[in-house]
Amino acid sequence: MELWFSEPHTKNVKLSIKIKRQVYSEQSRYQRIDIFDTFEFGRILVLDGFLMLTEKDEFIYHEMITHVPMCVNPNIKNVLVIGAGDGGTIRELTRYSTIEHIDMVEIDEKVVEACKRFLQQTASSLEDSRVQITYTDGLKFVRTQQDQYDLILVDSTDPFGPGEGLFTREFYGNCFKALKEDGILINQHESPFYSDDAKSMQRAHKNIAASFPIASVYQFHLPTYPSGHWLFGFASKKYRPLEDMHAKEWETLGITTKYYNTDLHKGAFYIPNYVKELLEHA
Amino acid sequence: MKQLSQERTPLHEALEKHRSERMAHFDVPGHKGGRGNKELKYFLGEETLKLDVNSMKPLDNLCHPVSVIKEAQELAAQAFGASEAFFIVNGTTAAVQAMIMSTCKAGEKIIMPRNVHRSAINALVVCGAVPVYVNPGINKQLGIPLGMSVRDVEQAIMDNPDAKAVMVNNPTYYGICSDLKSIVTLAHSKGMRVLVDEAHGTHFYFGENMPINAMRAGADMAAVSMHKTGGSLTQSSLLLCGENVNTDYVRQVINLTQTTSGSYLLMSSLDIARKNLSLNGKEMFRKTVDFAEYAREEINKLGGYYAFAQELENQDTVYAFDPTKLSIHTRDIGLAGIEVYDLLRDDYGIQIEFGDIGNILAIISSGDRNLEIERLISALSEIKRLYGKDATDMFDHEYINPKVVMPPQKAFYSSKRTVPIMESAGEICAEFVMCYPPGIPILAPGEAITEEILNYTDYAKKKGCFMTGTQDMSVEHIQVVAQG
Repeated sequence: MELWFSEPHTKNVKLSIKIKRQVYSEQSRYQRIDIFDTFEFGRILVLDGFLMLTEKDEFIYHEMITHVPMCVNPNIKNVLVIGAGDGGTIRELTRYSTIEHIDMVEIDEKVVEACKRFLQQTASSLEDSRVQITYTDGLKFVRTQQDQYDLILVDSTDPFGPGEGLFTREFYGNCFKALKEDGILINQHESPFYSDDAKSMQRAHKNIAASFPIASVYQFHLPTYPSGHWLFGFASKKYRPLEDMHAKEWETLGITTKYYNTDLHKGAFYIPNYVKELLEHA
Repeated sequence: MKQLSQERTPLHEALEKHRSERMAHFDVPGHKGGRGNKELKYFLGEETLKLDVNSMKPLDNLCHPVSVIKEAQELAAQAFGASEAFFIVNGTTAAVQAMIMSTCKAGEKIIMPRNVHRSAINALVVCGAVPVYVNPGINKQLGIPLGMSVRDVEQAIMDNPDAKAVMVNNPTYYGICSDLKSIVTLAHSKGMRVLVDEAHGTHFYFGENMPINAMRAGADMAAVSMHKTGGSLTQSSLLLCGENVNTDYVRQVINLTQTTSGSYLLMSSLDIARKNLSLNGKEMFRKTVDFAEYAREEINKLGGYYAFAQELENQDTVYAFDPTKLSIHTRDIGLAGIEVYDLLRDDYGIQIEFGDIGNILAIISSGDRNLEIERLISALSEIKRLYGKDATDMFDHEYINPKVVMPPQKAFYSSKRTVPIMESAGEICAEFVMCYPPGIPILAPGEAITEEILNYTDYAKKKGCFMTGTQDMSVEHIQVVAQG
């Protein structure tokens, strides 16, 4: 018997992964949650049919969302993470002893429950004493915050479904208000490659640039996401991602990483011409 | 008469059956299921085009219903507690006009609040009836017109014992209801009909703890915009009749102006929406009210905005408030409603129903999701943060009591002159001037033009209200009655 998980990347392209067995399946109030064991990628998490993470390549995503801003501002103490139910982003953040408090806001408690049970690779640090989890709509949570955080990480799903509100101008504006005067916002910024993803990417950039004086993107390579070429947004009130990075300081922390290093940090902000053009015409 | 269950949809079922029969069509429409207009077929979908058919024996005829349309209308009447219901496919405008034109003839009087929709005054232009306006109260703080006070209606009835009918908005665009039951008792005791514009009141028939609906209050006719909050397609509507109405005459009046090619897409949407409301209405409107109440609470927490509701009720001009309406007063953040309306759309991709000088209105329905409600609240929070300013220079009133000096029909058909609008004070207006939406005329044919009104229209224009009604598309000139 052959069992395959397939995700359409466009109407005409799909990625298929051979499944060893289904580990978990549940319809929550917000979405369908599936966890599978696979031959090639280890355990994988799927929400509403879209692949969220695999054990094999999640390190790329979670290192890049976390260490880039931490290297730009090593004094980050108070962090807000939106989404991130799998815990991978939290795992990376908790490696910094300098971070004092992490608010994690996830809409779907069931995702966290499932990951705690079946995805310990990422969920391992969710019990850290600095982490406070709130189950509510991210947009609603951030609306009530003012001048509070050094860093906001938006580790969201795609701009349709439960994560839709996290790609809007009102959300980024509310993040601006929630950040301190030297605050940084990192967000899951979609992909420039396939046209539907590229449109989402452009819209996100336009909305962020309307709220923040500094708004750029950086790239990373995630084999299981559509096209493999993916972006994070770096928006900030004060710090620039390259000019203000503290490479030496970060290196002395001795944090071991599989993907991120300070040279790659610099390189990630040098983006291809077609992406530059998409951003210019966002 | 056979009793059908509300689970049935006679017209929808007949269309399903018709579709499965794969008939050869040598009748209109000429697109023939979309084969004759491929781009339209791809755009609207093949199934939709196949259902866009003409009346024929198995599908009945809207002008003279004897089978499936008749049954569907009977089910609608039953669902709304009416004696008879008519499917209307020319918009609620047609339903309002049919009410007035089947009640008043030329020269006869009708008592109505001045904040009626343009369709009501249009009907007066067409049939020649004469309005007797009751001044709706105004809420000074919010700058919105309210409902009619029973005392004022009583006075109007005493002063005009020859009037044929009283017309009532239930509710107004902003969600405000008059004491409909008392008005009905009063009018009926003097032999006058009560006609109700329920364009925004479909849910009053199905939700719990709603203001009273027209049929229940004993009104004679009601125009119900099923498409607004009832879930049918845009332009489809219902005209409901109570017990003592000659409905055969009403049908004739409807047929004076309504199309003879009634759209089966619109009619079947009425049939299916009625079933949905009957079976699920309670739950749908419970959810709607929950959304609206949550939004009001959160918006009021933002500060500056005032999302108003039942606390306005005063046993008189605000006899009841429609809890599904999300009306928000914006002037205290230093922005006109229309400015907030434009910012929401242009900067945040959020389209709301309308903005006027001091308020915005968002329509909430069971089709909404938490996600969109959160977006609206957050966007309002951002607009306040980024654009909020001092409110001292804001225009602070909305309703101007008009002076009717000539019946609307006479003014509209009189010989006219065109004058620059800002120089028209003292003249008699011969056309409409209004912001759309809400489509409540600022000036109607036959009314005196005053400086106060011109200041208001000028301000509304500058703030970005979409002005309509005049022959001059740019609303720089106005047609006035050529006197002397």
